[in-house]
Amino acid sequence: MNKNGIQKHYYLMLVPGMIWIIMFSIVPMFGIVMAFENFNPGLGMFHSQWVGLENFKYLFQLNDSKSVLINTLIIAVGKMVLNLLVPLVFALLLNEIISIRYKKFVQTFVYLPHFLSWVIMATIVLGIFGYSGVINTFIQMFGGHPRLFMAEPGIFRQLIIGTDVWKEFGYNAVIFLAALTTINPSLYEAAGIDGAGRWKSTLHITLPAIATTVVLLGVLSLGNVLNAGFDQVYNLYNPIVYSTGDILDTWVYRLGLQNLQYSLATAAGLLKSVVSFVLIVISYSLSYKFADYTVF
Amino acid sequence: MIRNKTLGSRVFDIGNIILLGILVIFCFYPIWYTLCVSISNKAAANAGLVTFYPIGFSIEPYKEILGDKLFLNSFWISTQRTVIGTIFSLLITVLMAYPLSRSNREFKARNIFMWILVFCMLFNGGLIPWYLTIQRYHLINNIWALILGGGVPVFNVILVMNFFRNVPRDIEEAAAIDGAGPWRILFQIFIPVSIPVLATIALFISVYHWNEFFNGLVLMNTADKYPLTTYIQQLVVNIPTGSNLTPDQYKKLSLLSNRTLNAAKVFIAMLPMLIVYPFLQKYFVTGIMIGSVKE
Repeated sequence: MNKNGIQKHYYLMLVPGMIWIIMFSIVPMFGIVMAFENFNPGLGMFHSQWVGLENFKYLFQLNDSKSVLINTLIIAVGKMVLNLLVPLVFALLLNEIISIRYKKFVQTFVYLPHFLSWVIMATIVLGIFGYSGVINTFIQMFGGHPRLFMAEPGIFRQLIIGTDVWKEFGYNAVIFLAALTTINPSLYEAAGIDGAGRWKSTLHITLPAIATTVVLLGVLSLGNVLNAGFDQVYNLYNPIVYSTGDILDTWVYRLGLQNLQYSLATAAGLLKSVVSFVLIVISYSLSYKFADYTVF
Repeated sequence: MIRNKTLGSRVFDIGNIILLGILVIFCFYPIWYTLCVSISNKAAANAGLVTFYPIGFSIEPYKEILGDKLFLNSFWISTQRTVIGTIFSLLITVLMAYPLSRSNREFKARNIFMWILVFCMLFNGGLIPWYLTIQRYHLINNIWALILGGGVPVFNVILVMNFFRNVPRDIEEAAAIDGAGPWRILFQIFIPVSIPVLATIALFISVYHWNEFFNGLVLMNTADKYPLTTYIQQLVVNIPTGSNLTPDQYKKLSLLSNRTLNAAKVFIAMLPMLIVYPFLQKYFVTGIMIGSVKE
């Protein structure tokens, strides 16, 4: 078969995937126009009134927008930091376990929660922190008064970040554990002969060896600054904790699909998409520059 | 590894084993707790007395579920969605990954397609345009909205593409000399040597389809079309939305639920996940590592 003949087949192979991507990713992108219109579903995208940047101006004047942005940033950054540090410490501790069977046993269980849907996990979080949940049962057992944890704005963000770390720390440790296996054991032997204890070995051999991986994962997570986790928050929040728990994605959902403010919701969604896109591009180019890492 | 066992070192080892054991309990607790509540005595469960072990024993909730048409129906929808969605995504992923794994010289338009794909992975039009587009296709309340709505799994395409690039060249050159065309090379050489990666991806896609609830919530209008997670979200989690909700009302609402029945539903929704988990665990570590393989 000649070269052009083969190329034709390559195009043919791409056809079904391209149709899918055009229909469900590219066509929706044209809907961004709505962000600059006073969109009226009856008139459609082509005949609705053009308002320029009015929607964006209005967004920033809304009372909610400031608190929503702050909540999103606090929750997202909290998750980014803890989902890097907790798995790292966990991986280091697991690395110190000598029995391979116990290691495997621990790994089998800590990965499990990652594969459960937030819908499922939410029923358990509510079962633990709910009014007649596990924690309140213990509080009452020791003579205390039960608290309505899920309706306390003061602890909602911590609860979200904490339960996310609970669900993801095992899975997030996989890459660290893989990086740890690449360290040459003779380094530890040499350090042992020189009189270094386990703490010193960890500090001077293990940590420097996986530092690049840690930094790389940190940089690559930069694109999540506005991603506070819709599935989790949506399944755990309620109107009482909106002041600290409402995030961009849940806000856009209520604004757009429940209050039918199509144009405003599209504008807010567009802001998020653009900021995230820019951050991801920056993080990818940073990781390429400093760690020679390419995603594709 | 040679280590001097000082007293401090031994104390650390024991503490470490205990600490990791506690983490194991933490991570297994969701499943254990759900099972315990579901088989406990109804009154004890509703009073919140079930903590670490079942109180009483009853399989009444499971019997009740067998007669719950809406639940069985949503289980069936999730099953269809997962099976069809996984086969469909996998097929298209492979078909896209192969031409993209060719070099620029072999496939001249490769980079253009690559940029389109990466752009679509990193940027999207947002929730509202996406929803209105699917509405325009008249796919609301149609199971194909659930199968296609998530879009092309671009990350998986890149994973498979990276793997295909590392397949030794000599095998396919030999096949090409024997007159095999691109389709035969893909299906008889590339796919057979990539079974572990494809298994990883198939498992990831099926986990996504089984767990996903949001598309079911916005794209399906009636409860008889809900996939299982959406059904559970609506009937078990059921967050109150009224803007003037008071803590007192919230408390009352949370006390209304039938805990044993709900836990039984949640446990059944977990089951398929628990069944595939041993296979999943075997493959996903390699899967994650392939993702970071460089050219």
